[in-house]
Amino acid sequence: MGIGGSDMYRQQILDHYKNPRHYGEIEDATFTHVGENPMCGDTIEMDVVLDDDEETIEAVAFRGDGCAISQASASMLSERLPGTSIEELREMDRDDIIDMLGVEISPMRVKCAVLAEKVAQDGVEIYLGEKDLDRTKTEDDDPDVPE
Amino acid sequence: MTVRESEVLDVERIREDFPVLEREFDGTPLVYLDNAATTQTPTQVIDAIRDYYLEYNANVHRGLHQLSQEASIAYEQAHDRVAEFIGAAGREEIVFTKNTTESENLVAYAWGLRELGPGDTVVLTEMEHHASLVTWQQIGERTGADVEYIRIDEDGHLDMDHAREVIDDDTAMLSALHVSNTLGTINPVADLVDLAHDHDALAFIDGAQAVPNRPVDVEAIDADFYAFSGHKMAGPTGIGVLYGKQHLLDSMEPFLYGGDMIEKVTFEGSRWNELPWKFEAGTPPIAQGIALAEACDYLEDIGMDRVARHENELAQYTLERFAEFDDIEVFGPPAGEERGGLVSFNLESVHAHDLSSIFNDYAVAIRAGDHCTQPLHDKLGVAATARASFYVYNTREEIDVLVEAIDDARDLFA
Ligand SMILES: Cc1ncc(COP(=O)(O)O)c(C=O)c1O
Repeated sequence: MGIGGSDMYRQQILDHYKNPRHYGEIEDATFTHVGENPMCGDTIEMDVVLDDDEETIEAVAFRGDGCAISQASASMLSERLPGTSIEELREMDRDDIIDMLGVEISPMRVKCAVLAEKVAQDGVEIYLGEKDLDRTKTEDDDPDVPE
Repeated sequence: MTVRESEVLDVERIREDFPVLEREFDGTPLVYLDNAATTQTPTQVIDAIRDYYLEYNANVHRGLHQLSQEASIAYEQAHDRVAEFIGAAGREEIVFTKNTTESENLVAYAWGLRELGPGDTVVLTEMEHHASLVTWQQIGERTGADVEYIRIDEDGHLDMDHAREVIDDDTAMLSALHVSNTLGTINPVADLVDLAHDHDALAFIDGAQAVPNRPVDVEAIDADFYAFSGHKMAGPTGIGVLYGKQHLLDSMEPFLYGGDMIEKVTFEGSRWNELPWKFEAGTPPIAQGIALAEACDYLEDIGMDRVARHENELAQYTLERFAEFDDIEVFGPPAGEERGGLVSFNLESVHAHDLSSIFNDYAVAIRAGDHCTQPLHDKLGVAATARASFYVYNTREEIDVLVEAIDDARDLFA
């Protein structure tokens, strides 16, 4: 039935889902941000530690609840982000996330896949005072993704 | 239980009326179990739309030419047909809308905004669909009326003792589901309406999941308003129905203004058209209305008692199959109790969305999510559920395929 099906659930996705990396809290995080995918009920809350220059991400932890795609994506992103510059994070887009996941994501599930990325990006922008947002909602941010 | 031949559906024959059921995905035949969201459309209904566009497409109530007359008569008669289908007195009581949601909004705006105020309460149920829940919340905010909810118990029944508590002399409107789209519970709507009337409140019943699959008699229920959607009952999208008691519709102001709903317009003001046209502003869904009447014929030919029995039978079979596994949690009334043709469930190890995606391998279409009942899901303590919902063309074999697909998902995530 087109893309989707069990092909999305390759070993690496299931592994990250069942054994999420960097799952938990960082007490003295530089900022914390939470987001949800209202249609699905996926939630991700992320703690981020920046270096003293506020240019590079030093550490990330997340907690959340939801489908395998959203949670595996958060786990993989938490592995990738430490050492990355804020600029690089801001430039990440949907394709980077899909590359990172390494599987084809059916159009209806893209929102699940990008939730963690949005949470990290919005968190940075709010911290830098560029955005005023309570929670990230993937619906509002992705008008071109079909419902 | 032995069932006489005349009481069961000839599913094989019925399936021939639904060409979409022949679709295959990579050689796997479609198993369509998302009927509570929308049902498939039989050729008879598609032909009614086709005939309209091929033979007599014209605007209604506006032209004196032959085509317009034919279209107007067919469109008006469609109201009569729907009235008969749900036991209403006549076309005056049948307003064609876009869907159940618009029917809810029509009453909320045309009646609620004008009549409600501080001190009034609108009573809903905890299992209400967002169509009514969000609408009455908003009207409550604007008018100062309070919204209260009748509790549900563990098994997904309304707590009728609580209903007797919250429905009191302050209650101005009760809005309740006939059949729950999440739990499958069949609510005692006639009793609820009685309770509302005992306190001089009006009663609105959301029949979106009832009219498609059981005999409904709005007069026996004594509902003041009753709403449903064409696309959930073998009809087309773009058409819904609001039934209202004639004296209430008469006393209400219109909801939308424009053409067709007026009798006389001057530069100073307007007089409204007679019922039901007063509530059908602008060019209405003509083809869809005519096709909805055809859907009523189609369902009545099958027999609504038979449809109800078939749906319940499939739901019971699903519960029976699910009971074989302790990692499947089901919601709603226990096995053995009659319910609407749907079962919401969760597999312990696999999120409903993942389940639904994996089911694509089996060409099994179900719904995963909150089914537009987020507060109910909060109450159930889950963010999402998977829901299998049935219609006249579904079979036990298809439920077996569903169970196989669940097995596979379990293995994949093991
Ligand atoms: C019980 C109930 N009420 C209302 C609705 C809304 O129907 P519609 O989307 O056709 O307006 C639905 C269907 O989603 C429903 O199941």
